[in-house]
Parts: sequence; C-alpha cells; structure tokens
Amino acid sequence: MQFNSFSEFINMGGYGFYVWLSFGVSALLLVILLISSKADHQKIINNIAKQKQREDKLRQARELRKQQASSAQDEAEQATS
Amino acid sequence: MWKWLHPYANPEVSYHFTGRLLPWFSALAAILLSIGLVWALLFAPADYQQGDSFRIFYIHVPAASLSMGIYFGMAIAALCSLVWQLKLADASAAAMAPVGAVFTAIALLTGSAWGKPMWGTWWIWDARLTSELILLFLYLGVIALHSAFEDKNLAGKAAGILTLVGSINLPIIKYSVEWWNTLHQGSTVSKLGKPSMSLDMLWPFLFCFLGFAMLVAVIVCYRFRNEILARNSIRPWVRELVSARATHK
Repeated sequence: MQFNSFSEFINMGGYGFYVWLSFGVSALLLVILLISSKADHQKIINNIAKQKQREDKLRQARELRKQQASSAQDEAEQATS
Repeated sequence: MWKWLHPYANPEVSYHFTGRLLPWFSALAAILLSIGLVWALLFAPADYQQGDSFRIFYIHVPAASLSMGIYFGMAIAALCSLVWQLKLADASAAAMAPVGAVFTAIALLTGSAWGKPMWGTWWIWDARLTSELILLFLYLGVIALHSAFEDKNLAGKAAGILTLVGSINLPIIKYSVEWWNTLHQGSTVSKLGKPSMSLDMLWPFLFCFLGFAMLVAVIVCYRFRNEILARNSIRPWVRELVSARATHK
C-alpha cells in the first residue's frame, strides 16, 4: 500500500485532480458505451417486432381486399347471368 | 485448411457463438480490471520523477494502444469485406468503430490530463498528439459513413475504403515519437527486447491492458450481435428470436 490514509489517497501526492479526472472521464465514457451497446439489443428486437407487425397488417389488408374483390366479381357475374 | 472457418460466415452461427463467448469475456474483463486498477491506484510505486500523476499511465497507455489495435482489426475486416464481400466483416467493422472512437477519446483526454501537470499544457500540436487526433476523426468518419447509407453494403464499401486509406495513419502514430522531435515520451513497455520499466510497475500494467482488451471484446461482441440482428431482420431465425424476445406487442 502506497498511501497511509484515505485523504492521502485522494490527494495523490498533489496530482489528485488530474488522476481522478482521467479515471473519472474514462470510467464515464466506458460505462455509457457499455450500457448503450447492451440496451441497443432490446431496441433492435422491438423495432424488428414492430416491422413484423406492420408487414402482417399489410398482408391481412391485401388478402381482405382480394377476397372482397373476388366476391364482388362473383356477385356481378351472378347478376348478369 | 481453412474449412473450419466457413460456418462462422453464417450470421446465425456467429450470433450464437459470440453469445456464448460473452459471459467469459465479461468475467475476465471484470476480474482483470478490478485487480489491475486496484493495483495501479493503491499498490504500484509512484514514479521517481512524476510522482502519483504517473498512475494515469495505467489507463492512458492501454487506451492508446487499443485505439490503434482496434483500428488495425477494423482495417483487416474492411479488407475482407472489400475483397471477399463478406457481409459479416462489414458488421464487425461497424461494431468496432464506435469502440475505437471511445478508446481514442480516452487516450486523448487522459493524455491531456497528464500533460497539464507534466508538460504544463493541456494540448500541443505535436506529432504524436496530432496523429492520434486524426485517428479520432477517421473513426468518426467511418461511423458517419456506416450510418449515411440506407443500403448497408454500399455503406460498408464506403466506410471500408476510408478505413483502408486511413490505415496509413497507424505507422505514423507508432513512429511519430521517433521520426519527429516531440514532447511525447518514447515507448517504455513495448520496446523490443526488454521493457524499460520496473516489474512492480509492469505487472499492474499487464493486468490493466488485458482487462481493457477484454472489455473491448465484450463491447464489440454486443455491438456485433446488434449489427447482425439489424442486418438480417427479414430472416426466419431472426423473426423467431424476435417473437420470443420482444417486450411489447
């Protein structure tokens, strides 16, 4: 152990400001990067889920329209015959 | 000879493989960094000239050498992507760029905070400092190009060319302290032959360096997996994974 007391440790032989500034800024940047990289995972999964929902809705709408169109055509054919 | 590598070009295999590696990298990073940082801050002796300000070294040097190491990795990935059109190489290059940028920023900021008490200035337009600043701008350019195009293949190509052209900066950073007369001191750790450093300072450095390297591996794995998911969003295996994991319907 290089330091005799906690205040001596904080003081860092007079260089406390520079040492703790370096360690603090580095820790802050790395923690932000780590957390945001981890959090992006769920965000991307939710985005793909939303995209999938949208596609499903579009497909359903398309099928519904096709059904309506064909049934309208059937009615029209029955009316003419 | 290289056949064993082929399955890893499959995004699904790589996604699960990096997922299995992550807990090991995380545990190693946590262990090595806690030992290394406590050793560096509390037990390593103060430098006979620089006193306790020397403890900044334990972040500054690993961050600086990793900032170049990550760039080197990114350049290899860019080369693979441009020559063999490996899509996963693009994804890994895109995953590495932000991590490299953060480590370059840390190297510059801690260097600045070390330079103020030792050199009397926060910044000087010296060869080492300026070339490292250019490295930061290269990373930012690569990140910008990756997000500038809707088409990820086109984005990867543009970013890859910038990465390869920018790799000329790596030897310039490395040898800047020898080629030019600079304020920045020469290398003490990676000198060929014997490092000119006492062992009770070198050991904590090795722990810190490996710890930070493992942290890089952890963050790059997270980002690589994110890139794979985002780039393969229409694949059935991603769709299955998404319907199992999505938090809101």
